[in-house]
Amino acid sequence: MAVETMTLFTSPVSPPRRLRSATSEAPEIKVVLTTIALLFVAIFLLLPLAAVFVEAFRGGIAAYLSAITEPDALTAIRLTLTVAAIAVFCNLVFGVAAAWAIAKFEFKGKSLLTTLIDLPFSVSPVISGLVYVLLFGAQGYLGPWLGERGVQIVFAIPGIVLATIFVTFPFVARELIPLMQEQGTAEEEAALSLGANGWQTFVFVTLPNVKWALLYGVLLCNARAMGEFGAVAVISGKIRGVTNTMPLHVEILYNEYAFSAAFAVASLLALLSLVTLAVKTFLEWRFADGIAVGRSH
Amino acid sequence: MDIRIEELSKQFGRYPAVENVSLHIRSGELVALLGPSGSGKTTLLRLIAGLEQPTGGRILFGDEDASRKSVQERNVGFVFQHYALFKHMSVADNIGFGLRVRPRAQRPRRADIRARAAELLDLVQLPGYGDRFPAQLSGGQRQRVALARALAIEPRVLLLDEPFGALDAKVRKDLRRWLRELHDKTGHTTVFVTHDQEEAIELADRVVVLNKGVIEQVGTPDEIYDAPASPFVHGFIGEASSLPVTLSNREVWLEDRWTGLRCNGTGEALLFFRPNAVDVVEECTGCIAGVVVGSRRVADRKRVEIEIGKGRHRIEIDLPADRSAAERHRIAFRPTNWHIYPSAVGRVAPARALVDA
Repeated sequence: MAVETMTLFTSPVSPPRRLRSATSEAPEIKVVLTTIALLFVAIFLLLPLAAVFVEAFRGGIAAYLSAITEPDALTAIRLTLTVAAIAVFCNLVFGVAAAWAIAKFEFKGKSLLTTLIDLPFSVSPVISGLVYVLLFGAQGYLGPWLGERGVQIVFAIPGIVLATIFVTFPFVARELIPLMQEQGTAEEEAALSLGANGWQTFVFVTLPNVKWALLYGVLLCNARAMGEFGAVAVISGKIRGVTNTMPLHVEILYNEYAFSAAFAVASLLALLSLVTLAVKTFLEWRFADGIAVGRSH
Repeated sequence: MDIRIEELSKQFGRYPAVENVSLHIRSGELVALLGPSGSGKTTLLRLIAGLEQPTGGRILFGDEDASRKSVQERNVGFVFQHYALFKHMSVADNIGFGLRVRPRAQRPRRADIRARAAELLDLVQLPGYGDRFPAQLSGGQRQRVALARALAIEPRVLLLDEPFGALDAKVRKDLRRWLRELHDKTGHTTVFVTHDQEEAIELADRVVVLNKGVIEQVGTPDEIYDAPASPFVHGFIGEASSLPVTLSNREVWLEDRWTGLRCNGTGEALLFFRPNAVDVVEECTGCIAGVVVGSRRVADRKRVEIEIGKGRHRIEIDLPADRSAAERHRIAFRPTNWHIYPSAVGRVAPARALVDA
């Protein structure tokens, strides 16, 4: 029996054909596709990024340093960091609350809330800025009433914070919702049955289960908060040294033909995104399992 | 701790998951809630735990009305089908969790919690596993850790939701025996949910058979198996064949033939019997006869499918494995152990509230 089988295998009827696995392609196609992708990345991403740094250092190190330590630049940096910190914190709280509500409870209007969370992604940032001008501006609905009480929102820091929060609203929630939905409520129920109260359950069970996704969401949120231009440009009034954030400062410098100063500040922003990207990549590599699966942006 | 369930109902929207269920679970008893999916068994268990709130009726733990208490206050040990271990905590931390979250005044010292966890790991036969993480354990080990975690809070009752449902057959059998031993050792009042009738019959002191949110029968495994109270129970527990029959003159008739069985009553009825409880007969004066349409090997028996009468009802009987049963052959038999139920256009009103105190 065994001998027969051997013969069968050693005398094939036809020479074996080399077969690829079903999902792979011919080598030529591989090369072409890879080249297209790499070229695209090089032209549209790497080249501009390199240009930023090259332009920034065109005037030498000294010019670079003076451009980023000049008072208006420092104010812009400080303002950007402050706004980002507040916006990220607010959206962290909101994002966790919204994700918790959507993933763990059934309630009326749940799908509406889920849709609304995505709204800032589909609205042009300029509109986001304009909405707040309409609401809180001197001719707006609430502006005069607030103005009488000495509260200024438009052309001031509160307005910038509001617009930034609006624009960066979805990041944390979007990161958490699919993960929390996937995890279900069994662990929370286990904690409750063991006698933990709601807060203990949240701190000891829910939060640790989503911590990497949360950090990831915060990073994305932060990157966007620092880089936001459109919404902030509309609402800030671009008052130099007062309501100028870094992206606005870059634009002003550029419009004044101060190219190397503009690029110097821009390089700082680029550096911030590079750091964010590095941390994000590290997190993805290190904690792949903990980060949301059905991510769609 | 004995548990008394009184006219308990739970509706999800308009869908009734549990309807008017009354049940008395004695202290120290091991009770199985058995039923097909959607029968309300898990909902009933979650109602006892306090993970769901009833829409009617109440639950008493001893003399105290537990239905007004939160899940935390009820002090029950709950074991989930998919373990629900805390992934980011070590096994020892998982087991100690219930003690760690107690209010400061009742919280044992850290070393005591550690010692208690080690003690429970011994009990569930996983000594030295305290520093591992759930991901490093097999399914059976995880479920034992989950059980240790539930036992750590010294629960008044132990509730298990399909505890072996996610495990493979071999591990399942071992854990089943082990759980029985553990129950006998610790004496907790234990309620477990299962859809596996074999598991319920082998493990439980008493079995509660549920169907569509109502109790069909409560009884010992013997009672459930030997004297099923309804066609549903008969069909759900073990193998069963059924035939529509007519009762007249204290005789059971199948179409125009006497089956050889006698029974009180008149009119349409259903005859139930198990494939292994039949006598094959050669000469037929009062028997059930039909044509073999197929056969297959089941363990050490041959299971033969037979088509009977003009109605072409298909039933199954067991024959010795070496007996020939060629297709199209005629075969006659008489059930040795059988049950008659009133015919079910409107189903027999099942015993809705079986309270046996």
